[in-house]
Amino acid sequence: MKKMLAMAAGLALSLAVTAVSGDDKLKVAFLYVGPIGDHGWTYTHDQGRLMLEDQLGDKVETVYVESVPEGPDAERAITRLVRDGAGLVFTTSFGYMDPTIKVAENFPDVKFEHATGYKRSDNVSTYIARFYEGRYVIGQIAAKMSKSGVAGYVASFPIPEVVRGINAFMLGAQSVNPDFKVKVVWVNSWFDPGKEKDAAEVMIGQGADIIAQHTDSTAPIQTAQEKGVLGFGQASDMIHFAPKAQLTSIIDNWGPYYVARTQAVLDGSWESSDTWDGMAEGMVVMAPFTNMPDDVAAMAADTTEKIRSGAMHPFAGPIYRQDGEMVIGEGEHLDDGVLLGMNWYVKGVDDELPQ
Amino acid sequence: MSALEAVLLTVITASTPLLLAAIGELVTERSGVLNLGVEGMMVMGAVAGFAAAYTTGSAALGVVAAVGAGIAMSLLFAFLTQTLVTNQVATGLALTLFGLGLSGLIGEGFTGLPGVKLTPIHVPGLSDLPLLGPVLFGQDLLVYASLALTALVAWVLSRTRLGLVIRATGGNHHSAHALGYRVIAVRYGCIAFGGLCSGLAGGYLSLAYTPLWIENMSAGRGWIALALVVFSTWAPRRVAVGAYLFGTVWIMGLYVQGIGIGIPSQLLSSLPYLVTIAALVVISGNRLLTKVNTPACIGQTFVPDR
Repeated sequence: MKKMLAMAAGLALSLAVTAVSGDDKLKVAFLYVGPIGDHGWTYTHDQGRLMLEDQLGDKVETVYVESVPEGPDAERAITRLVRDGAGLVFTTSFGYMDPTIKVAENFPDVKFEHATGYKRSDNVSTYIARFYEGRYVIGQIAAKMSKSGVAGYVASFPIPEVVRGINAFMLGAQSVNPDFKVKVVWVNSWFDPGKEKDAAEVMIGQGADIIAQHTDSTAPIQTAQEKGVLGFGQASDMIHFAPKAQLTSIIDNWGPYYVARTQAVLDGSWESSDTWDGMAEGMVVMAPFTNMPDDVAAMAADTTEKIRSGAMHPFAGPIYRQDGEMVIGEGEHLDDGVLLGMNWYVKGVDDELPQ
Repeated sequence: MSALEAVLLTVITASTPLLLAAIGELVTERSGVLNLGVEGMMVMGAVAGFAAAYTTGSAALGVVAAVGAGIAMSLLFAFLTQTLVTNQVATGLALTLFGLGLSGLIGEGFTGLPGVKLTPIHVPGLSDLPLLGPVLFGQDLLVYASLALTALVAWVLSRTRLGLVIRATGGNHHSAHALGYRVIAVRYGCIAFGGLCSGLAGGYLSLAYTPLWIENMSAGRGWIALALVVFSTWAPRRVAVGAYLFGTVWIMGLYVQGIGIGIPSQLLSSLPYLVTIAALVVISGNRLLTKVNTPACIGQTFVPDR
């Protein structure tokens, strides 16, 4: 009897949802982990949402909830969005993975898109960008532009996503200067401007004259400018923060994906999928190459084009681990499975990976 | 620039906001009030400082605005806890949440704009000395202000009548009241001083440390300041030692990582907390002194009988 009641309740609920979304506009909801003004991760997702409004504004209506903590709060927030009539929900942080799956089970007619996760179901897709492609390019630029041959890398947490970025950076740098060194400082935070600044400053004091970052604030690149060295932006174009220091920036460009997936729902062609797009699909974009001589900019543009066209793979062999063991030989490249679980450094990284 | 100089300069900038916020909270707590809203006052100071400096182009006005915002927030706390006699812990927590939210709202239009940096002072001759020059004579005014405030607070609390009144209020508000001191007024003043210092700390973040505004940019420093006050057993000099120790261990952790010594970064990140607590517990070993320093009425509400 209880089960029957629950079913009835569920039925009533789904009817209610259809009723709410009964008008002809599709409601697309976004769940953000940070404030849209972070100028980093969440900011870029919101730029994607705005692009969606811009392109499909006559057919869709978008809503978002920002600064939702990962965990039980996320589940409530997602449920709420669905009950308010959302037909497509983008959940944009790794920690929303289980809540998304759980809510999706209860609402089989609603489509879900979860960024950076690995769990999928019939109505849950996952998507992430191949940022490492951009990191290979900035590694090459770093090796060309550095006088000391040492770069400083402000890192957040030792997870595969970040380690992969450091390795791609290193491989790019080594392709230009085999003796290039990269220092890594883990600040154990995605976002702490003060700590990020301190880390950059310490590494500059230790001889690094290029600063790269895998944290979300603009502090490292600003510190680079203050100290008269060069660096790279993160997630969005940070040229306004450091007009004299930014060489380029790896930009997260989610807009095209959001438009395509929303269009698919409108067409009724949406299917659960696993997307890992890079430069080829336009999900990873390089900001203009600035503060560098023309030949370096040309090299960077050339590498970007080669990666985009598939002529070059950042993780092409031969690749050696820190201890010298060969991971993959000439003529092959690491497959996505290895990249997704990457928890080791390539040869030449001046750090021991925290385990 | 030598490596040592670079480290010393970074230690000073990392320690200053902690010291500023902690010294203010120390005075508040010595008067018997626990204000857990340090983080909220700090972040409001940061946004107000940034906004004023950006709009007027003057970092000095930014500092004034930061102080104003800190004091305004603290007076709100004072009104609620002293006049309306609300629970201090709950009100303090609410103040932090309120500050974080409101600062995000105010700062929305200022995110992503290049800030105005508070320029360091330059003493001809002295600032150009090798090593000591930039470290001792090349800081911005807030760094000197933090040290001067610490000395001032230490002197006032231990050597003046005002200090005696503040301590009496914190030690036993009924007695202080019976002696004719206006407990509520004294506490209003001490809370406002705490707000002033937290506002300065916030201003330091957005005007000197990292001249930018981003939501939640205080990133938990207010809570560290609160902990420093307790672990230093409410003694101004020890707060200074604690703040600088924290800053030093934190920067050394980054430094060690930068050299590539294989110590887990998670351990290095927690070391400042562990070392500071251990050190302050050791130097606060004198039980009697600790008892004397501890404001017995901390966190308790007081309603004057009429």
